[in-house]
Amino acid sequence: MKSRSISKTTRSNFITYGIVIAAYLIMQALIAADQVSSLLNGLLVPLCIYVIMAVSLNLTVGILGELSLGHAGFMCVGAFTSSLFSLCMEETLTSSMIRFPIAILIGAAAAAVMGLIVGIPVLRLKGDYLAIVTLAFGEIIKNVVNVIYLGRDASGFHFSMESTLALNMDETGTVLIKGAQGITGTPKDSTFTIGVVMVLITLIIVLNLIHSRTGRAVMAIRDNRIAAESIGINVTKYKLLAFTISAALAGVAGALYSHNLSSLAATQKNFGYNQSIMFLVYVVLGGIGNIRGSIIATVVLTLLPELLRSMDSYRMLIYAIVLIVMMLVNWSPAIIDFRKRHSLKNLLGKAARKEAR
Amino acid sequence: MKRMISLGMAAVLAVSMTACSSGNSAEETTAAAETTAAAGDAAETEAAGDDAAETEAAAGGTIKIGGIGPISGGTAIYGQAVMNGAQIAVDEINAAGGINGMTIEYQFEDDENDTTIAVNAYNSLKDWGMQILMGTVTSLPCVAVAAESANDNMFQLTPSGSAVECIQNDNAFRVCFSDPNQGAASAQYIGEHGLATKVAVIYDSSDVYSSGIYEKFAQEAANQGIEVTAAEAFTADSKTDFTVQLQKCKDSGAELVFLPIYYSEAALILTQADSMGFDTQFFGCDGLDGLLSVENFDTALAEGVMLLTPFAADAEDELTQSFVSKYEETYGGTPNQFAADAYDAIYAIKAAAEQAGITSDMSVSDICEAMKTAMTEITIDGLTGTGMTWTADGEPSKEPKAVMIENGAYTAM
Amino acid sequence: MSFVSYLINGISLGSVYALIALGYTMVYGIAKMLNFAHGDVIMIGAYTVFVTVTNLGLPPAAGILLAIVVCTVLGVVIERVAYKPLRMASPLAVLITAIGVSYLLQNVALLIFGANTKSFTSVVGVPALKLAGGQLSISGETIVTILTCIVIMIALTAFIHKTKAGQAMLAVSEDKGAAQLMGINVNGTIALTFAIGSALAAVAGVLLCSAYPSLTPYTGSMPGIKAFVAAVFGGIGSIPGAFIGGLLLGVIENLSKAYISSEMADAIVFGVLIVVLLVRPTGLLGKKMSEKV
Repeated sequence: MKSRSISKTTRSNFITYGIVIAAYLIMQALIAADQVSSLLNGLLVPLCIYVIMAVSLNLTVGILGELSLGHAGFMCVGAFTSSLFSLCMEETLTSSMIRFPIAILIGAAAAAVMGLIVGIPVLRLKGDYLAIVTLAFGEIIKNVVNVIYLGRDASGFHFSMESTLALNMDETGTVLIKGAQGITGTPKDSTFTIGVVMVLITLIIVLNLIHSRTGRAVMAIRDNRIAAESIGINVTKYKLLAFTISAALAGVAGALYSHNLSSLAATQKNFGYNQSIMFLVYVVLGGIGNIRGSIIATVVLTLLPELLRSMDSYRMLIYAIVLIVMMLVNWSPAIIDFRKRHSLKNLLGKAARKEAR
Repeated sequence: MKRMISLGMAAVLAVSMTACSSGNSAEETTAAAETTAAAGDAAETEAAGDDAAETEAAAGGTIKIGGIGPISGGTAIYGQAVMNGAQIAVDEINAAGGINGMTIEYQFEDDENDTTIAVNAYNSLKDWGMQILMGTVTSLPCVAVAAESANDNMFQLTPSGSAVECIQNDNAFRVCFSDPNQGAASAQYIGEHGLATKVAVIYDSSDVYSSGIYEKFAQEAANQGIEVTAAEAFTADSKTDFTVQLQKCKDSGAELVFLPIYYSEAALILTQADSMGFDTQFFGCDGLDGLLSVENFDTALAEGVMLLTPFAADAEDELTQSFVSKYEETYGGTPNQFAADAYDAIYAIKAAAEQAGITSDMSVSDICEAMKTAMTEITIDGLTGTGMTWTADGEPSKEPKAVMIENGAYTAM
Repeated sequence: MSFVSYLINGISLGSVYALIALGYTMVYGIAKMLNFAHGDVIMIGAYTVFVTVTNLGLPPAAGILLAIVVCTVLGVVIERVAYKPLRMASPLAVLITAIGVSYLLQNVALLIFGANTKSFTSVVGVPALKLAGGQLSISGETIVTILTCIVIMIALTAFIHKTKAGQAMLAVSEDKGAAQLMGINVNGTIALTFAIGSALAAVAGVLLCSAYPSLTPYTGSMPGIKAFVAAVFGGIGSIPGAFIGGLLLGVIENLSKAYISSEMADAIVFGVLIVVLLVRPTGLLGKKMSEKV
């Protein structure tokens, strides 16, 4: 009995990896055959980024059971730190194959530290209060990043929170972070292959965590904190662990994000609460706690507005309607019940039963 | 059950993927079919005059110009202006026989003022067969797209991307002034005309345009003997209440308040300054243009506001008047500086393409090479300036006009 | 003297947040859902007044009445179509649907009214109150907004505690299942909650745009989020909490702009919120929840 249940989860995990690898191979084959439009080609890296964001947020929302509305903030931290590193080391480390993995690690580490800083106070709260505090932290990160000025000249780094003038650099100085104008000129190191590798690593980390002793402890806390505590689970430790891992993975996505475009600035659109909510949409639509669902929902919802481009000004309107309808179809108890009764399996089963009679 | 859902979604995904990759080829076929139909069957009389002109022009083939900008989201106002302004120019040119006999095909894509979506829009236009890019509207997405267009060696002319980095590659040009240029020009104007020696600034610290101008202004102000008494910021997240910023400007004893911001916020600032009895000189840049066209705005509040703008919707010249009336007729509302920049951008493309002798069968890269040289050779009399020329680094040379709002209209100073 | 004037400005801003927060907290308290579309209902209310008063030339009173009717109907329809089918599903699912509704309303407004900013004519006829020899002034909008807040607060509290429908709301918020068993029409009660919440949104929209007269399809979203923060600040679900939370938020925002840094004001506001919630995890006036195993 036991061995069977383990093999079932393992099988499910391998299906998830398989889907990602198959999607990668198919896309590579299509690219090789020149069958992929530029639009889809350009979407591949963002897709990987959003998948990582959704999967890592699912760790917080689905597995840890806490609603986070500030996930984009961690992505922001990862994006800026990794981008800064690449910008500084571009001349010393010319090979992107060495520089980029280090940049990703730095992004992840910085986001993890931020996750720890945010997590310690936040995880004491519950429910909607926790959600609003994560939102607050996300907005603070975005706001602070917008007033940072950082430059480098012969005498080292200069930092200011006012303007580039206040940096007081000599003529050799270059401004690295320019307040609201952010960072420009990050090397374009993100590729689809690296993106997929990062997606796989994220999946391996998250899926293994879920099915490990730690993961079961985290889920025990989610299902009943007091009961978990009473059997000796260190609630704070496990909560922080899951939250920090989730933040670190968001940092990885941030690094991919900042190395995919040549301009990086913290705006409402990319690192604001709206974006955090968008990641939450991916998670909830795909099924809370369902990792494979998150991946599929992310891909569908990222492609949808692009596919609707022919609708011109009706694009976002249709997107909103589709989102509502998908939510109703996926979550409404009445509709789920209806689908159960009329599912293919059920109908086939009925037919089979009739024949048997 | 979960599996059913995932299966269903996977199916949707598969379908959308196919649609995504095959969509472009389908579109291309239609476009090609249209061209052949138009070119081959010139005898088949078309009823409308416009169509007839198009058919004639199609003898030289078509040229595909793509546009990118935010037409949804909080900055939709600017993207829509560019989309519409350019459309007017395209219609005029096509009606008059096109560029070198080529009909312009014009397609505008939404970027929601986001870098990632802007690149998606760019790729989507590439699939459509874009040969020349007129965009993007806002600075941050523009920098991101510029990197892509440089990579493809596609000619890019941004109507309003004003950050320095927008045109750092040699394939990119712009119609508007650069941010530092405007900041310096404003400080010089205030200094040289002795408008004030104590200046306060209210700017949007979360916006590239606004913070870019402010920074250069502060730098140049020192050279002009202007003292910046207060520099108050607001952000995209808190732009309803400006009373604190205004109060601090007032308390700092400023004789003039510099507003390097867009007109929607400026309208609020003026209203709030009025209700708190803060009567001072306001001075702005091209972002302030459009202030008078805010629907239902009490223009008496804007009385005496000065701005440096290349475009004034109520200018007397024939070009502006015909553009404004066409815009009002087709889209309703008065066009702002963004629409004018876009209109000029299309005409600049036309002039450069004619100069370079672009034909519709040239590759994107060849067009870009030819256009790059031609851009530096042309001179345009447009809505945003007469005798506009471009340097190889992509900057336009034109004079900003200082205007003052008097009796609800711009008056040249 | 400037401190007092910053304070007054903060109260003006805060009173608008408070008014919006009342609607948020009302819906949250009863239906236990974060209605992210609340800010956009506010925007629809403001547009309704704009169209009737400015475009059609009707008196402001007619505009406000019409806005209340439109928003109430809209609120009930949204509840019926988008939220009710998910009543038994995870609260997160409803949250996401609310975001969908928010996008929908914004884009409908964008298509109908366009992206251009419209300048809203204040519907408040009350003159500004001049104090200290004209050095300080409290605008008519602020006075009306605060009075409206207080009236709404008292009316809501009275309604909930004194009427049968209000008692039904309390019962539904405590325990839906038990309320149903007691013969309370749960669906009807929740629909009524949305009707009242949306009517409040209409009033808030009118006063928001009277005080800060700039109207775009995105006008409601940021004040909506701020008001949500205010509601949490005061203890979400608590009616006086929303009022106090709103006022405090406005004052903190303006004072930090004035005395610390105008660039960092957002960060400071959110920082204060975090500190308050860490000290009082259910907000200023929130009910302490006992934990059950």
